[in-house]
Amino acid sequence: MSDNHQHHDHPTGIKRWLFTTNHKDIGTLYLWFSFTMLLIGGSFAMVIRAELMYPGMQLVDPNFFNMMTTLHGLVMVFGAIMPSTVGLANWCIPMMIGAPDMALPRMNNWSFWILPFAALMLLMPMFMGGNFMSGQGPAFGWTFYEPLSGQYNKLAFFVFAIHLLGISSIMGSINIIATILNMRAPGMTLMKMPLFVWTWLITAFLLIAVMPVLAGAVTMMLTDKYFGTSFFNAAGGGDPVLFQHVFWFFGHPEVYIMILPSFGIVSQIIPTFARKKLFGYASMVYATAAIAFLSFIVWAHHMFTVGMPVAGELYFTYATVMIAVPTAVKVFNWTATMWKGAMTFETPMLWAIAFVVLFTIGGFTGLMLGVATSDFQYQDTYFVVAHFHYVLVTGALFGVIGGVYYWLPKWTGNMYNEKLSKLHFWISAISVNVLFFPQHFIGLQGMPRRVPDYNPMFADWNFVSSIGGFVFGASQLLFLYIVISTIRGGAKATSQVWEGAEGLEWTVPSPAPYHTFENPPLIK
Amino acid sequence: MTKHIHRRTVLGLSLVAVLMFGFGFALVPLYNVFCQAFGFNGRNIEVENGTYQVREEVVRTLRDGVDKNRTITVQFLANENKDLPWEFRPLQREINVHPGEVKQVRFYARNLSDKTVVARAIPSMQPSVAIKYFTKVECFCFNNQIFKPGEAKEMPLIFVVDRKLPQGIDKLTQSYTFFDTQQGKSDSVAAAVKSLVHG
Ligand code: HEM
Ligand SMILES: [Cu+2]
Repeated sequence: MSDNHQHHDHPTGIKRWLFTTNHKDIGTLYLWFSFTMLLIGGSFAMVIRAELMYPGMQLVDPNFFNMMTTLHGLVMVFGAIMPSTVGLANWCIPMMIGAPDMALPRMNNWSFWILPFAALMLLMPMFMGGNFMSGQGPAFGWTFYEPLSGQYNKLAFFVFAIHLLGISSIMGSINIIATILNMRAPGMTLMKMPLFVWTWLITAFLLIAVMPVLAGAVTMMLTDKYFGTSFFNAAGGGDPVLFQHVFWFFGHPEVYIMILPSFGIVSQIIPTFARKKLFGYASMVYATAAIAFLSFIVWAHHMFTVGMPVAGELYFTYATVMIAVPTAVKVFNWTATMWKGAMTFETPMLWAIAFVVLFTIGGFTGLMLGVATSDFQYQDTYFVVAHFHYVLVTGALFGVIGGVYYWLPKWTGNMYNEKLSKLHFWISAISVNVLFFPQHFIGLQGMPRRVPDYNPMFADWNFVSSIGGFVFGASQLLFLYIVISTIRGGAKATSQVWEGAEGLEWTVPSPAPYHTFENPPLIK
Repeated sequence: MTKHIHRRTVLGLSLVAVLMFGFGFALVPLYNVFCQAFGFNGRNIEVENGTYQVREEVVRTLRDGVDKNRTITVQFLANENKDLPWEFRPLQREINVHPGEVKQVRFYARNLSDKTVVARAIPSMQPSVAIKYFTKVECFCFNNQIFKPGEAKEMPLIFVVDRKLPQGIDKLTQSYTFFDTQQGKSDSVAAAVKSLVHG
C-alpha cells in the first residue's frame, strides 16, 4: 500500500492514520483493530478452555472466570466481529458502487477513533484492584442481566464503554447508508448492487434501529445505580425481567447485525469460484430484508423460561421458526449457485463452503432452541453455547476471514501464500469442530454454561473441546503471519485477481490506488 | 465536497436513532401495561401507597364457598437482601388450604442495624401463572414497614386461593424479599464519581 502516493496531499507516518479520512485507510484501521481484539478476546477464551479442561478448580478463581466469559463475549461481539465487518464495508463498498469515498469522510475518522477508547474503558477495570487475579472487570455475562450487573462497582465504566461503542456504530451506519443511497455511480441501480452492499445497507438500518435501544438500557442501569431510579430495581417497583426484554429487543437484531455482512461476503465469493451468476439474486435481497424484519419480533425466544404466558411461548416459537424460511432460501441459493458450476477451491472459496455447511448446523440448532417446549431443556446449557458459536464463529467469523483472503490481493497487490492459507483453513476448520461439536453433547447432558467447575461426567468432552480450542486459537496466529507476509510481498496480483471475479472493485489496479473512481465509472 | 446531498439522509437517520433511544424507554410503560393486562409479576395485586380495594375476584371467591375436594400446598420463603442487616423468616414454612378458604400466616422480621429502616417487602410467586389466583386480603407487603433500631415485628398475610386456580397446580410458593427503600438515593452521585476516580 505504501507505494501508492500518486496524490501527495496526505500526511505520512502516524499522522496519516490519526487524521485520515480516506475510506481505504479507515478500512485498514478497522480491520487491524478488530484483529487485535480477536487476539485479546481469543486469549480470554484460552483461559476459559484451560480452566474447563479438567473438572475441579485449577487455574483461576470463579470471579476471574466469570470475568473471562463476560469479556470474551463483549470483546468478540463489539470489538472483533462488528468492527471487522465495518472495515470490509469501508474498503469495499465505495469501490463496489463506483464512489470516490464514503459520504462523510471526517465522521468516518471519528467513528473509528472512538473505538480504541471504548475498548480501553471496557478492559481497564480488569487491571484495577491490587493484583491481576482480583481484577474488577465486569463478571456478569455479556448479556449483563440485572439485578446482578447492577451490583457491579465499576458500572459507570461499562456503561460509558457501551455508549461509545453505540455512538461509533450509529455514525458508521449513517455514513454507510448515505454512501449507498447517494453516491452510486450512474446506472448502478439498487437491484444491480453487489449483494455485500445490500446486506450492509440492511445491517446499517438494523444498527440505527437497535443500538439506541441498547444505549437506553445501559442508561437505565446507570440511573438505577447512581441516581435512585427504579427501572430494574425491585425495591422501587421496577422489574429485572424488563431488563431482559429491553436487552433482547436489541440483542436478537444484534446477532443478525453480525451475520448479515458475512451473508453478503459469501454471496460474493461463491459466484466467483463457481464461475456462475449468483442464483436468485432478487430472492437473496428479499430474504435478507425479511430476516431483518423478523429479527425485531422474536426477541423473547431468549427468555422462554422467565415464566411467560403460554400464548407468549407459542407466539415467540412460531415467529422464531419462521426465520428459518428466508434463511433456508439463502442456503438454497448458495448451494444452487455451486450446482454444476465450474468450481475451483482457492482459499476464499474453502472458507465460504465451510461457512455454508457449518452455519447451517448452527441454524438447525437454532430451530431446536426456538421451540419453547424443547428450549426449556436446553436453556443455559452448553447446547446454547454450541449453537451460537456455530453461527458466530463458523458463520460470521469464517465469512469475514474468507472475505479477507478474497480481497487481500486487491488491497495489497500481492497474492497470499496459497499453501499456507490452505493449511490455515484446514487446521481452523477441523479444530473448530473439535472445539464446538462436543459442546452439543455435554449441553444435551445438562452441563450449565458460565461455570468454572463441573460434574466429572462431562470431563471427557470438555477435554476434547479444550484441545480443539487451543489448536483453533493458535491457528489464528498463522493467519496473522500470512496477512503480514502478503503485505510485505508475494506474487503480483492482476486487476481482476480471480478469473471469475465480477464487479467494479476488480476493474481497478491491484493494489487499489489511494483514490479510486474520482470520475464515476460507466455501468452497463 | 458534496455535503448537501447527504444532509437529508443524515438528518433523517439521526432522527430515527433519537426516536429509537426514546423507544427503549417507552418499553418500560409498555411492559407494565402488558403485565397488568395478563396479570404477571403480581402487578395486578400490587397496591399503590397502601390503599387496597377488595377486588371482585375476592368477593366472588368468598361467595362461591370452599372447595373441599382440592387441597393446595402453599409454601412461604423469606429472602434476606444483602444490603439490609435483617432477620426475616416465615413462622410457618408451608400450609395446606382449600380453594376459597381464608387463611392467615405470619412472618417475623427484625432490624439488626442501629438505624431506623423503612423497608418494603417485594413478593414473587412460583408458578407465575398462579399469581392472579392467589389473592391477598391483607399483606405486610402492601405498605412500607418502619423498623426502629433493633425492632422486631410479626406481620400478617391473609390470603385466599381462587377456586379458578387451574387444575394441575397443587403447590404454590410465595416468597418475599425486603428492600431498603432509602438505599441508593442520597449518596449515589458521590458514589458514581468515586467509582470513576478510584481504582
Ligand atoms: C435459524 C436461525 C436461528 C434461530 C431459530 C435461533 C434461535 C435461538 C434461540 C431460541 C436462542 C436462545 C437459546 C437459549 O438461551 O435457550 C438462541 C441463542 C443465541 N443465538 Fe440464535 N438462532 C438463530 C440464528 C442465529 C444467528 C445467525 C446468530 C448470530 C450470528 C445467533 C446467535 C445467537 C446467540 C449469540 C445466542 C446466545 C445468546 C446468549 O448468550 O444467551 N443465532 N438462538
Ligand atoms: Cu435470538
